[in-house]
Amino acid sequence: MTAPLIRIDTLSKRFQSGGGLFAKPRAMMAVRDVTLSIGKGEVLGVVGESGCGKSTLARLVLRLIEPSAGRVTFDGTEITALPPAALRKMRRRMSMVFQDPYSSLDPRHSLTEVLAEPFRVQGETLPPEQIPQMLEAVGLPATFAQSHPHQLSGGQRQRVGIARALALRPDFVVLDEPTASLDVSIQAQIIALLADLRDRLGLTYLFISHDLGLVRYFCDRIVVMYLGSVVEVLPDTRTAPRHPYTQALMASNFAPDPARRRMIEPLTGEIPSPFALPPGCAFATRCPRASDLCRQKAPALGGDAAHPVACFHPL
Amino acid sequence: MSALLDLDGVGVSIGRLALLEGISLTVERGQVLGLVGESGSGKSLTAMAAMGLLPLIGGRVTQGSVRFDGQDMAAMTEAQRRALRGGRIGFVTQNPMTALDPVQRIGEQVDVVSRLHLGLDRKAARARTLDLLTQLRIPEAAVVAEAWPHQLSGGMKQRIVIAMALAGDPDLIIADEPTTALDVTVQAQIIQILGNLVREKGVALLLITHDMGVVAQVCDRVAVLYAGRLAEEGPVRPLFAAPAHPYTAALIGCIPQDGMAKGSLTGIPGAVPSARAFPPGCRFHPRCARASDLCRSAPPPITPQGDGRVACHHPGAAR
Repeated sequence: MTAPLIRIDTLSKRFQSGGGLFAKPRAMMAVRDVTLSIGKGEVLGVVGESGCGKSTLARLVLRLIEPSAGRVTFDGTEITALPPAALRKMRRRMSMVFQDPYSSLDPRHSLTEVLAEPFRVQGETLPPEQIPQMLEAVGLPATFAQSHPHQLSGGQRQRVGIARALALRPDFVVLDEPTASLDVSIQAQIIALLADLRDRLGLTYLFISHDLGLVRYFCDRIVVMYLGSVVEVLPDTRTAPRHPYTQALMASNFAPDPARRRMIEPLTGEIPSPFALPPGCAFATRCPRASDLCRQKAPALGGDAAHPVACFHPL
Repeated sequence: MSALLDLDGVGVSIGRLALLEGISLTVERGQVLGLVGESGSGKSLTAMAAMGLLPLIGGRVTQGSVRFDGQDMAAMTEAQRRALRGGRIGFVTQNPMTALDPVQRIGEQVDVVSRLHLGLDRKAARARTLDLLTQLRIPEAAVVAEAWPHQLSGGMKQRIVIAMALAGDPDLIIADEPTTALDVTVQAQIIQILGNLVREKGVALLLITHDMGVVAQVCDRVAVLYAGRLAEEGPVRPLFAAPAHPYTAALIGCIPQDGMAKGSLTGIPGAVPSARAFPPGCRFHPRCARASDLCRSAPPPITPQGDGRVACHHPGAAR
């Protein structure tokens, strides 16, 4: 792996909910003790189901929300310790593409205004001659410059979201489920565009998704999260999973081939509430391999440094 | 034996806008028919036509006929159609979060279906509800029946919606993207449950989905819609092994698979046209690599292809 661009060190985020005149507030750990690094030019995938903390992790890495504990270092600078002005400067080099291209673009802004926004935040102006080139880089005709989001299809809007994320020529882009609200045909177009942009611009991606099949296609390394914790890091897309949860995720993905139909061994049990996690391994309630040890003690991420897994009984 | 659900050349319009054209489909008992296509292809509209629900959205059937168990839906009274829906035709919606009444206990919501459609009394209806919940592998059915919707997870709620669809003892279940709002591991469970129902109870299932992986896993036949017309229809195995319509092939090619080379996933260029601007000829031609002048001028007729049908001037090799 090349030198890490991003280091995430024992990062945690605690959320509190409820609490009022009579109710006691309840707390949950959305992200628990996550340590990771992302190499320059790498595409790191984070996969997990809803509520596993993957989007919270993405927001923490960009410091869009403040961590409860831990550090994030970007190219040698600890961004979790930066004062606001320095952080804003640093933010030129990182950006984000959001899940829903319908709510992430202001309906009253023309595409030109959408693309000017990142410049405005940095106290600069968008040179008008750059606009056609910015649109064309994401496969949109330059004639769209004065169009408004409602005139665009979902796939076109997401291309605008990508153009906006790339406006200030960042090194690092967080992609938070960028294709989850698009048709599969459009998803494939967007993924092809993202791959092409990475190659041309030398970008580093943090790619958040619930779709392990897509992550295995697009990413170099894969982080699997379950209820706030990293349970496994797959060193590449070919290595077989060792955590029973990763295996269950893979088994839930159907190949488009009726000849490869199989019996699904459905996970039994329910996902525990993040406000009341069981004492041991969070996955023990649904795990076919769970033992008494798993129900008492939480396994730490360990084993092979290149392929760590948090499980007492790995495959 | 005649098919349980038989759509014959159905056309649907809303106002002056023709949205569906010449849709012919059949679903037999004990069979799963997948209905696939991108958003805007007309999948949900086809389901609404099958249930006689088009007036709800201001639509009407302008050509062809919809027959359920041999009876023409158009010739029925609204009361007769209403008796079918929830009774012999069960419906599973896309979003279980909005399908349940938030201020009514789970059990009551399921009970009411069998009281209404099967004429059961309170006690018998509850016994049936608990039996259904148990069949759907809901642990502690009696406790769940007393719970409120907000206390259940998404996957659990979708199982309740399926129980409601089953409570009227249906012959046909129409499921419109039943797993799209769910997590992947839960999706696998729900697909398994639906597949088992067809095999064990002999019901017919019309499964609307955009996911060719789900189709491959659970369907017997599949109908591919594009821009309001049927592109291809046939049994899943030959259809996946050698799709005749370029659109079918492209849809299958959009799913990332293990061992796929990076860069091989390219998607389908362009987007589904809006009903206000359907292109002339074959509606897929602006996105199709095989398009010729013929495709740009004349809509392709539906021709037999193996055990199925295809609407393409330049279909792939014969199956």
